[in-house]
Amino acid sequence: MAGESSLLISKLVEDYKRDESRLLDIVREVQAAYGAICEDSIDQIARELGIPRVRVADMVSFYSFLSRTPKGKCVIRLCNDVVDKMHGLEEVARTFEKALGIRVGETTPDGLISLEYTPCIGMSDQAPAALIGSLVVTSLKPADVPGILQAIRREEGKIGQRGLFPNAEVRQNLRQGGPVFSAPFESGVALRKALNMSPEQVIEEITQSRLRGRGGAGFPTGMKWSFCRKAKGEHYLICNGDEGEPGTFKDRYILAETADLLFEGMTIGGYAIGAREGFLYLRGEYEYLWAHLEQALARRRRLGLLGRNVCGREGFDFDIRIQLGAGAYICGEESALIESLEGKRGAPRDRPPYPVQKGYRNQPSSVNNLETVCCAARILEKGAEWFAALGTRESSGTKLLSVSGDCRQEGVYELEYGVTIHKLLELVDGCEAQAVQVGGPSGVCVAPKDFGRKISFEDIPTGGSVIVIGPKRDLLAIVKDFTEFFAEESCGWCVPCRVGATLLVKKLDKILEGRGTAADLEELKELGNTVKLMSRCGLGQTAANPALTTLQNFPDLYKKRINAEPFIPAFDLPGAFSEFAAVTGRKFKLEDEQ
Amino acid sequence: MSQEKVSIIIDGEEVGAAPGQTILLAASEAGIYIPHLCYHKDLSPGGHCRLCTVKVNGKPTNACTMEVGRGMVIENDTEELNLQRRHLIEMLFVEGNHICPYCEKSGNCELQALSYRLGMLAPGYPYLFPRKELDASHPDVYIDRNRCILCGRCVRSSREKDGKCVFGFEGRGIKTRLAVNSARGLSETEMTAADRAASYCPTGSLMLKRVGFKMPVGTRLYDRKPIGSDIEEKRE
Repeated sequence: MAGESSLLISKLVEDYKRDESRLLDIVREVQAAYGAICEDSIDQIARELGIPRVRVADMVSFYSFLSRTPKGKCVIRLCNDVVDKMHGLEEVARTFEKALGIRVGETTPDGLISLEYTPCIGMSDQAPAALIGSLVVTSLKPADVPGILQAIRREEGKIGQRGLFPNAEVRQNLRQGGPVFSAPFESGVALRKALNMSPEQVIEEITQSRLRGRGGAGFPTGMKWSFCRKAKGEHYLICNGDEGEPGTFKDRYILAETADLLFEGMTIGGYAIGAREGFLYLRGEYEYLWAHLEQALARRRRLGLLGRNVCGREGFDFDIRIQLGAGAYICGEESALIESLEGKRGAPRDRPPYPVQKGYRNQPSSVNNLETVCCAARILEKGAEWFAALGTRESSGTKLLSVSGDCRQEGVYELEYGVTIHKLLELVDGCEAQAVQVGGPSGVCVAPKDFGRKISFEDIPTGGSVIVIGPKRDLLAIVKDFTEFFAEESCGWCVPCRVGATLLVKKLDKILEGRGTAADLEELKELGNTVKLMSRCGLGQTAANPALTTLQNFPDLYKKRINAEPFIPAFDLPGAFSEFAAVTGRKFKLEDEQ
Repeated sequence: MSQEKVSIIIDGEEVGAAPGQTILLAASEAGIYIPHLCYHKDLSPGGHCRLCTVKVNGKPTNACTMEVGRGMVIENDTEELNLQRRHLIEMLFVEGNHICPYCEKSGNCELQALSYRLGMLAPGYPYLFPRKELDASHPDVYIDRNRCILCGRCVRSSREKDGKCVFGFEGRGIKTRLAVNSARGLSETEMTAADRAASYCPTGSLMLKRVGFKMPVGTRLYDRKPIGSDIEEKRE
């Protein structure tokens, strides 16, 4: 085995042309082949690439799909998102544990199966869901577990992409189509129109359409492309397909159903900014879509829509490479994504300089959401005026929303900007909601009094996640869940996010246990403000949003949970003495202190 | 010919800065102290501690990486920012296991000195009491991760000053840890007692052996003057 893995590593390093920026690909393949990247492998990869081993170890320890200790041949990752919990994850997890005789986090003694939890895998509309290897299974029920385990055992853990299971099906759940994503699309039409214009004219067309970034921040796309084009150097177009915001699955729809529109938009973007190379960063959870996407790229190359002299246009060479991630929410942050693309840990950079000045390999790079470039393709096809007439003044066009949670019509909706939350709840049949989480955990928890507010950049922006929270849910437990997610996904680079997110969880714990006082609510708010104000990137700056937006919009929920005592210590003194008590047989009582 | 200076305002005071200079450096040269911990003037900035956060035209910004720009109005020594900085110091104290009263670094420790300067009496957050590893494998240098604040100074100085790569990070979130370039410990790396990297640790985490109490407590750097005094003395 050792000799075998050593040969594989040498071959991989050779295949990737000793390019250290492909380190993520190399370690992913070692992980896939051997279920771990052991210390010897780390040494060998470092030696053959000619980089310090601490860099390889860093990479392996950062991404959640990579492991230094051996895992089972087949890893079952149960998605433990809030929505999965709403729809019966607990029962499914207990059934797996019982059937396997192990706990979540462990591997069966025969080394065949590991059972783990993983954050949102983009299947909230068909939860509970899980990844088995890279295969997705959806709408799990406890009764499905024996069939799944039987199939894994029969195949001796080698599942690959084959659908051997019940539930190995991803439904796209498009509930309402719209003009951008559901209209017929002919490959090359928008691109040829673009190529008949100068790059500056293409950018002008996008500017006229008032298209803004669909990831949530809403930066004007025309301006971004213009900045990038004007910056000197080798230009890169990078498409962010790392949708990791819990409750988001609209990119899944794009990748599966409108990949051609996506690649057309990327090519247009590449032409506009003067790039020769584009990247699609695909989240590791969507590995099952990879082959399909490569086919779409191959088809476009055959049609002359990618490669040398695109569409016969002399001097415009452009191609796209797909980079697969390995399980890190933070890589959805544009500068962290670039770091990951360069084969490093996904730690965000300090900005400025912005990626449009110094991005991938310190060259001008435009990082765009995939929905954004799809819109750009349509704008070239149908004109800026057509697009600008949709939506609102500040937010032109439509938005793909992924709606899940306590509603009967969960799925993907393409709606014009400006739709009210109330209207949306009617569409999805979830009108009894006590709250709606718009924009995922990093967004806003909206109370019924605000259901008249509009989804738009000027009112409530969202990258696409909408989670409906029904009347019977414990909202504060959901707040804690979201905050734990941020603590887990913090990259650890800066103090306020690394430590602050963990402290937020502790504070919420205290309040949820009924040991919180009025002072704790004040401290929660103050801590939240520190994390928000002082953190380095968007993750930290929004990690306190679940607590802060519910403190603001649902103050009574907190007041109901707090204790009337003026002060209750966070430190559990009797707990700390429990070992002492067990050894000596003496009981520790607080009164002893007095 | 010298380039024209950029004029910025820090806490109401006009400061001339060289174009391309960071806010932190421009302030230091003008005798204005912006508290910092992971930053060291000899090294590239790290952006870890966020202590040097200032408000530039109202927006929280990292002074160690942000270049000066014409017309910047900067808030630095304000009650709000100093309170936030104190909170960050408190976070570092509860994140590790710090032992000031009997720590070798006491009096020369920048973390301790900043907690004094920013008025921290005791951390307002619950201690996390993590279990951290010690690496005493090297004959001349040891790592005590209980006191490591993940500022990355050793990581950067080993690369930038020693031309080696002895240190790095591992893991993420609260589990992030300082790592060394070997599977077995510091002794298996290229580290030597003469490495510059050994001298940049702001706390008692990366220390030379056998010299800890060479200078008596009470006479050390920050026992005599608060941290930042060297910068502020430029004004008088």
